[in-house]
Amino acid sequence: MVENEGIRRYVAHAILWIGIAVVAFPVYLAFVASTQDNALIANGQMSLLPGGHFLETYYRTIFVGTSGTTREPVGMMLFNSFIMAMSIALGKIAISILSAYAIVFFRFPFRMTVFWIIFITLMLPVEVRIYPTYKIAADLSLLDSYSGLALPLIASATATLLFRQFFMTVPDELLEASRIDGAGPFRFFKDTLLPLSRTNMAALFVILFIYGWNQYLWPLLITTHDDMQTIQVGIRKMIVTSDALTEWPIVMATAILAMLPPVFVVIVMQKLFVRGLVETEK
Amino acid sequence: MANVTLRNVRKTYPGGVDAIKGINFEVADGQFCVLVGPSGCGKSTLLRMVAGLETITSGEIDIGGRVVNQIEPADRDIAMVFQNYALYPHMSVYNNMAYGLRNRGMAKPEIDKRVREAAQILEIVPMLDRKPRQLSGGQRQRVAMGRAIVRQPKVFLFDEPLSNLDAKLRIAMRVEIRKLQRRLKTTSIYVTHDQLEAMTLADILVVMNGGIVEQIGNPLDIYQKPATTFVASFIGAPPMNLTPLNAAEFASRVGNGGTLPGAPSGAILGVRPEDLTITSEATPAGGVGYDLTVEAIERVGAETFVYGAHAHQAETAAVSANPGELPPGEIIVRVPGQAAPAIGQRIKATAPLDKLHLFAADGRSRIDL
Repeated sequence: MVENEGIRRYVAHAILWIGIAVVAFPVYLAFVASTQDNALIANGQMSLLPGGHFLETYYRTIFVGTSGTTREPVGMMLFNSFIMAMSIALGKIAISILSAYAIVFFRFPFRMTVFWIIFITLMLPVEVRIYPTYKIAADLSLLDSYSGLALPLIASATATLLFRQFFMTVPDELLEASRIDGAGPFRFFKDTLLPLSRTNMAALFVILFIYGWNQYLWPLLITTHDDMQTIQVGIRKMIVTSDALTEWPIVMATAILAMLPPVFVVIVMQKLFVRGLVETEK
Repeated sequence: MANVTLRNVRKTYPGGVDAIKGINFEVADGQFCVLVGPSGCGKSTLLRMVAGLETITSGEIDIGGRVVNQIEPADRDIAMVFQNYALYPHMSVYNNMAYGLRNRGMAKPEIDKRVREAAQILEIVPMLDRKPRQLSGGQRQRVAMGRAIVRQPKVFLFDEPLSNLDAKLRIAMRVEIRKLQRRLKTTSIYVTHDQLEAMTLADILVVMNGGIVEQIGNPLDIYQKPATTFVASFIGAPPMNLTPLNAAEFASRVGNGGTLPGAPSGAILGVRPEDLTITSEATPAGGVGYDLTVEAIERVGAETFVYGAHAHQAETAAVSANPGELPPGEIIVRVPGQAAPAIGQRIKATAPLDKLHLFAADGRSRIDL
């Protein structure tokens, strides 16, 4: 019986390790490729151990850029992507928490109509409304600007719905106690609702940051200058399909760099998320 | 320090439901008023109207000589203790108490002084830095009281503040609330569905049912002279025995054939379980006697409740089914100690004339004997 347990455990662990290997191997391969010489990779003689070009490749990637198609260094792309993802995440949270506050706590005419209109926009992601959105952005001269990258993606039904669900679980008595304590709508929002929403905001931030970071179609359309490019668009442009040679170490280094910010956000926010879960009680 | 006066207060919800159907009463300065009634009787709604959390459809609410109908809760100079305490979960105990004062722009040293004073009175000084979730139910209750006290309002409003506590703590807190109110001499309105809480706390008791006031008065007066059958069965535990009687029954059952002055046909006779005595002697003149078959016995230690079916069950008309009222034909007798007849035994329970209550057939008015 005991032996049996042991074998079972080994099998379970083996399966898990295989799973990890399947997920991690491409990432490892990308890292290895980013430290090798380009000629070696092009010859198909790439070794599975890291090569000696780590510092050189990453320096070139971040500060210089490829010699070919995209002349912009990846440092600038990282910065652009970061600004875009941050604006989208923070903007979405700010807008949706306010709209959810209005929908849940205020009685105004056509409140439910407003709610349903917001709800319906769930069915209209960027891809569906891309032509009118582009037209509006162009008319407002938002092309090749950070506002153009972020603003059209900010209005968010999903986050509004999540905050609405959370706000509806806040006991009415808390609002009433605030009213008796002389807190108006703004104070109630600032002193009670915001602190209570911390965990929700942290969770949403993680999701929305990654959503913003991974945007491809919209940045591709709205940016034409190289210095406004985001990293997702940049990677694609580095891969040359014509007769020139793709600089694979730099492409791979860019891919690795593109992964780091979301990973970092998840790690940092997870702590806050868990702490919030432990501390908060309605 | 203030009187609270309600003048013909009504509340109609959109959709036409009348929650409060015209209520008048006055709570004098420093008095402890308890609103009691079954759930859904409108007592909480009425309290929330005084607090300003519900609008007033018509009538006037006057706090300290000022009609407050159109005044925001924060400006009515009231403080409220909620059933679930409604403490701000993310604030420390200290900040929970200080929050209302800060919002009013009070100076920091004064806030600190008041919070510490209140904490001292309520014995929660060691918990000032804790968060509500680190406190027990009783301690949270104290913090909720503290939040009301620091404001030094004209009126305290309590919305079933003890119903989330266990029985033992409830009694302890009940006594404490009473002591505290005597000490602070602040006019208070307290809502409860627990008649024992109501009896023990109130200077003035308001018994409500279905959006109207059934009776207002001193708790003991209400106990001794309930104005309606509803009050009779709601105040006092176990409830008063109510038996509808037709004229013939009345003549034969009450006073061994003797008649009571002014007893109309179809009146309802009431007698409290504690006023009945199990005896083999003749029914006292003018009093009432029941021939009972014992059906159930409840022993609670100091006293025993005997549930008996009386012989005339078949003839009696059904009493309107009010909450807490006995099914017709059943009579409860309270016996001191643990001695009790056996189940199935036939007994006779009697009460003298001065312990009888008589109500009109509809139960809406009392007939004085």
